[in-house]
Amino acid sequence: MNIEITNGRLIDPKNSIDARQNVYIVDRRIAAIGASPPGFVADQTIDAGGLVVMPGLMDVAARLREPGYEYKATLESEMNAAVAGGITSLACPPDTDPPLDEPGLVEMLKRRARALNQARLFPVGALTYGLKGAELTEMNELTEAGCKAFSQADAALTDTRVLLRAMQYAATFGYRVWLRPQDSYLAKNGVAHDGEVATRLGLPSIPVIAETIALATALQLARETGAILHICRVSSAAAVEMIRLAKQEGLKVSCDVSMNHVHLTEMDIGYFDANCRLAPPLRSAADRAALRAGLLDGTIDAICSNHSPVDDDAKQLPFAEAEAGATGLELLLPLVLKWAEQEKVPLLDALAHVTINPALLLGQKMGHLSVGAHADICIFDANAAWKVAPAALRSQGKNTPFNGYEMQGRVCYTLLDGQIVFQQ
Amino acid sequence: MNNPQLNKNGELQHLLSTEGLPADILRAILDKATTFVDFSDGFEIRNAPLLKGKSVFNVFFENSTRTRTTFEIAAKRLSADVVNLNIGSSSTSKGETLLDTVDNLCAMHADMFVVRHSQSGAAHIIARHVAPEIHVINAGDGRHAHPTQALLDMFTVRHYKKEFHNLRVAIVGDVLHSRVARSQIHALTTLGVPEVRVIAPKTLLPTMVENLGVRVFHDMNEGLKDVDVVMMLRLQNERMQGAALPSAQEYFKYYGLTEEKLAHARPDAIVMHPGPMNRGIEIDSSVADGKHSVILPQVTFGIAVRMAVMSMLAGAKA
Repeated sequence: MNIEITNGRLIDPKNSIDARQNVYIVDRRIAAIGASPPGFVADQTIDAGGLVVMPGLMDVAARLREPGYEYKATLESEMNAAVAGGITSLACPPDTDPPLDEPGLVEMLKRRARALNQARLFPVGALTYGLKGAELTEMNELTEAGCKAFSQADAALTDTRVLLRAMQYAATFGYRVWLRPQDSYLAKNGVAHDGEVATRLGLPSIPVIAETIALATALQLARETGAILHICRVSSAAAVEMIRLAKQEGLKVSCDVSMNHVHLTEMDIGYFDANCRLAPPLRSAADRAALRAGLLDGTIDAICSNHSPVDDDAKQLPFAEAEAGATGLELLLPLVLKWAEQEKVPLLDALAHVTINPALLLGQKMGHLSVGAHADICIFDANAAWKVAPAALRSQGKNTPFNGYEMQGRVCYTLLDGQIVFQQ
Repeated sequence: MNNPQLNKNGELQHLLSTEGLPADILRAILDKATTFVDFSDGFEIRNAPLLKGKSVFNVFFENSTRTRTTFEIAAKRLSADVVNLNIGSSSTSKGETLLDTVDNLCAMHADMFVVRHSQSGAAHIIARHVAPEIHVINAGDGRHAHPTQALLDMFTVRHYKKEFHNLRVAIVGDVLHSRVARSQIHALTTLGVPEVRVIAPKTLLPTMVENLGVRVFHDMNEGLKDVDVVMMLRLQNERMQGAALPSAQEYFKYYGLTEEKLAHARPDAIVMHPGPMNRGIEIDSSVADGKHSVILPQVTFGIAVRMAVMSMLAGAKA
């Protein structure tokens, strides 16, 4: 089928395009930008007048809760939410039940996702069996099954020798290691940033050094092993600075930040709002400012939703007993747009954090609209204002700290592989 | 953000924390409590049938004999019907959620919940959940707040010192884990105490505690110098296991209140303790039983203060 997308403002960060350009799709791929290819006859025309046309968003952290936690969310519900948010590719962390430590599971998940034909799924395999931090998984087998990186998700890996071995082994084959740095002893029982708010509310806290000490270890092991290291969900100013220096030194390290941490701080916990119970914890205003600066200077590569749907019962509890996590797939684009507007970041630069940059982190030749690329496209109305109402979200997870927030920017169409998979 | 403790007329709807309450309300509670005390002959508590026909549910998810008992006495002095529930050993251990428990108790026509829970914020969740005609009193939530304890402490301070604006007050001990300390600090600063000190080793102080408006001391003798009021905190035995302290003996040597250390305070200083005391760990018996101690009057005043809070909450509804 031939599709033309006309009159839209095309923003393609990879190709530095921000201009009114038509997009022509032939046989599921981008056939031409600007002028129609010779002999092109459109089967369908999407008039994108007044709209922005961009590569489909790529989200490096979205928990879909399958297998094992179907009472929180299912592949169906979350894939639906993803495309409604303009997301055409997502990486899911391995902390399912059982964890993604076995090729059969990964294949099953990929097959289920493919059958739904909504967004592309890039599983992140478990770095150790059962995420227990003791034995290495079969990384080769898992890679053949479709894993694009290996991670402990939020599970502890206290044995530094195991981490060294895991990174050496991954480095042998050029596999990516994704770590969320958190010293499990320093973070033990903690539920909020070790600062003014936790002190006032009497909440067990997680100090910044829980992040920086684990990060120092990870960076040092990356130096030692040559592993390709990606730091997940950086949350503190000190960690941003360490990664900045590591990049300057030439270390192969990248990092991402969750959209929650780009916008919120510990103050948002207010009177024990369990929607703000997140992992890592929301930190201080100074940390948030440093995260934003890290996005601007390229220290932080990607913004992710860190989508973690939680059932209501698990949130209707005292703050420390509530489960960490918030829904996010449908809020990623508007929150990136909000950040861009607040910081006066041109859309071309802002949207790189959810397109080409995450594609590079996943080692995929995607996240752009070059001729020949898969036609994964998001078309949105940058001026459409709406208010976050949890019941209206497609995700099965309804808990969000952005409940009631005014958003600007709404997805109108999502195309996966040249097919319309979502239409407002 | 709306203050969850006040109704739209600015009156007390729930008592969850001393933080965020205006000084006027704190003073009104203390004034009200005064009306329940007969100061002529010891400290006798007067009866007042202000809660006749009301049901007060003492819902304790964490055990406490003393606090529960004083709430029970206070409610009975007000002629309320009192139901005591030790949930710690019943429903939640059978898998019922906190709010399910609360819904069930609401269906039994409770007018007021007195709640203790091991988690910070538990009373807030309940207050947010119940119907507007039901009032919640926080009888201690995790490390967060214990407002009636702080208010009875304020009552005691005011009784012995008359004013707040000319005082130096030192809070000594495990501030990190103490809901009492947090509530005391907010109450003292709100009522205009110009200098509130905390005295403890670094392992027992929360991050940025000075942002609560206190001066931090690690040396007890220095911290007690010229203070008018010494508020001791209870030290839990778990602290030794959690590597916060090496031993009870060493703690007592450096932070236990002895007559020698108390000599640095003003000669008319009063010594307070929220109980239960660990004699020989945070306080020496000679001080606990000595002439500066007002620890037993605190307990009596606690009944009057809880009567005041309960009657003001039930009154706000009318």
